[in-house]
Amino acid sequence: MTLAQSINGWLRRVPAWTLYVVFALWGGWYFYLALTRSTGIWTNQVQGLEHVVGLLALKILIAILAITPIRTYTGINLVKFRRALGVSAFFLVLYHFLVWWFLDVQTLGRVVADIIKRPYITIGMGALVLLLPLAVTSNNLSIRKLGPLAWRRLHWLTYPAVLLAAVHFVWLRKGWQLEPLTYLAIIVALLLLRVKWRRLALALPGLSRG
Amino acid sequence: MRQPWKNDMNWSDVTPKAAWLNRRQLIAGGAAAVAAGPAWAKLDYKTSALSTDETPNTLEEITTYNNYYEFGTRKSDPAANAHTLKTDPWSVEIAGLVDKPGTYDLAELMTGLPLEERIYRFRCVEAWSMVIPWIGFELGKLLEKVGTQPGAKFLRMETVVRPEEMVGQRSRILDWPYVEGLRLDEAMHPLTIMATGLYGEELPNQNGAPIRLVVPWKYGFKSIKSVVKIELVAEQPVNTWQAINAREYGFYSNVNPEVDHPRWSQASERRIGGGLFAKRIDTQMFNGYGDQVASLYDGMDLTKNY
Ligand code: HEM
Repeated sequence: MTLAQSINGWLRRVPAWTLYVVFALWGGWYFYLALTRSTGIWTNQVQGLEHVVGLLALKILIAILAITPIRTYTGINLVKFRRALGVSAFFLVLYHFLVWWFLDVQTLGRVVADIIKRPYITIGMGALVLLLPLAVTSNNLSIRKLGPLAWRRLHWLTYPAVLLAAVHFVWLRKGWQLEPLTYLAIIVALLLLRVKWRRLALALPGLSRG
Repeated sequence: MRQPWKNDMNWSDVTPKAAWLNRRQLIAGGAAAVAAGPAWAKLDYKTSALSTDETPNTLEEITTYNNYYEFGTRKSDPAANAHTLKTDPWSVEIAGLVDKPGTYDLAELMTGLPLEERIYRFRCVEAWSMVIPWIGFELGKLLEKVGTQPGAKFLRMETVVRPEEMVGQRSRILDWPYVEGLRLDEAMHPLTIMATGLYGEELPNQNGAPIRLVVPWKYGFKSIKSVVKIELVAEQPVNTWQAINAREYGFYSNVNPEVDHPRWSQASERRIGGGLFAKRIDTQMFNGYGDQVASLYDGMDLTKNY
């Protein structure tokens, strides 16, 4: 048995729902830190919480994009975790948004004003809105109703959502900073890995025919 | 919980010492530095009527949450990385339209300039704020000492460039050296100080040791740290953030709740130290120093000169 096969065998025994438990505890732990810490990033507890939750959500979104390439290049199959990862990411983004609303800007007037006026907020909001239909339809009933093709097509929204999230991160930092640009680069690379093969192969003969 | 600040209280009563210990051990290691250095012990200073009676933030808050990109872009980076900067010996070049130009040793520069404690509100452009008990001297007194010439209209200051000691300078996040500037009348204003201490002791590196500017009615990025050059010039200098993005950052950068920044609403702020559920507070015009400084800008359109 190859290493990938034994890993897959082991993964088969891990139910996907454990991810909900993990990320719920993770998010709760962050809240606990924000309540009890007061140095370093926690000197500004609200911003600290906003940051760690946003970053965790972004990392999960990246993990989701990595699942297919990981299977292609290593044979390790994580596909069964994809939906739980997606729903977890959505709830973390929602958490991020609610922290921003209720603990950071605090009033509805400021929420609306900031969504309209501040490009990085507008972009983050765009990402949240794109993820919303995915979260709502992430149940077996919806998959059956939509049919697998429409469901899968709907989930292409993941790609613009993750891109917007990365741009949000780049934009909210002052100047061009290495950390958010690195995230953006990883995301673009993962997206290119998917686009290239099938699409280009299909498009190019089309071009030469036309 | 913070204690309400009382004038008769000694800072050593309330200052957590752990943060200082490391530094003192470092200093003790370099015995020569101790022997030659100026007063490494508690600073000698007077209090000032210009101080606010608001409660200062804790030393821990002031020294672990910093924007000082020379040591990294995260707020916790300066506290982690700034210890590598050697601040003794330190010299400051006074240049341009002055009577006594030259490179001064810090102690020499400071002789005859009385140290005062100035407890000021500090408002970051990122819409958070603190109250900080600086120790420093008035920049105006230094300028009198070196003598400004009639053509001098502005001041231009530079932060030290030492990539080998300042890890953030090894990448080009900003165009080093960090540059800031003031109009001469702003620099001469009694509220404007060069700070060399904090909570009664030498300035920690992450706060801009050994000498930094503090202009309490302007956004924090104007208060340039670890200054090595002060130049008097005729033309308005271009400060670092203005050079990066002139639409977002101007030369004046006065705290102004009515002039919005594209990234952060400036109408309100988060006072550090209130915990997770603290309400935002309204930002005051000129950070609450309007009575003293508004007249500097009479007749100017502050929405254009932001
Ligand atoms: C897919 C959606 C989103 C993701 C992945 C995301 C991710 C992030 C990340 C990684 C950070 C920076 C963390 C750091 O600096 O260490 C951040 C900061 C932030 N995000 Fe989001 N975000 C999303 C949506 C939103 C939405 C919908 C809002 C509000 C409407 C929002 C508001 C903010 C704010 C206010 C900050 C902090 C800005 C500051 O420090 O000044 N984000 N987000």
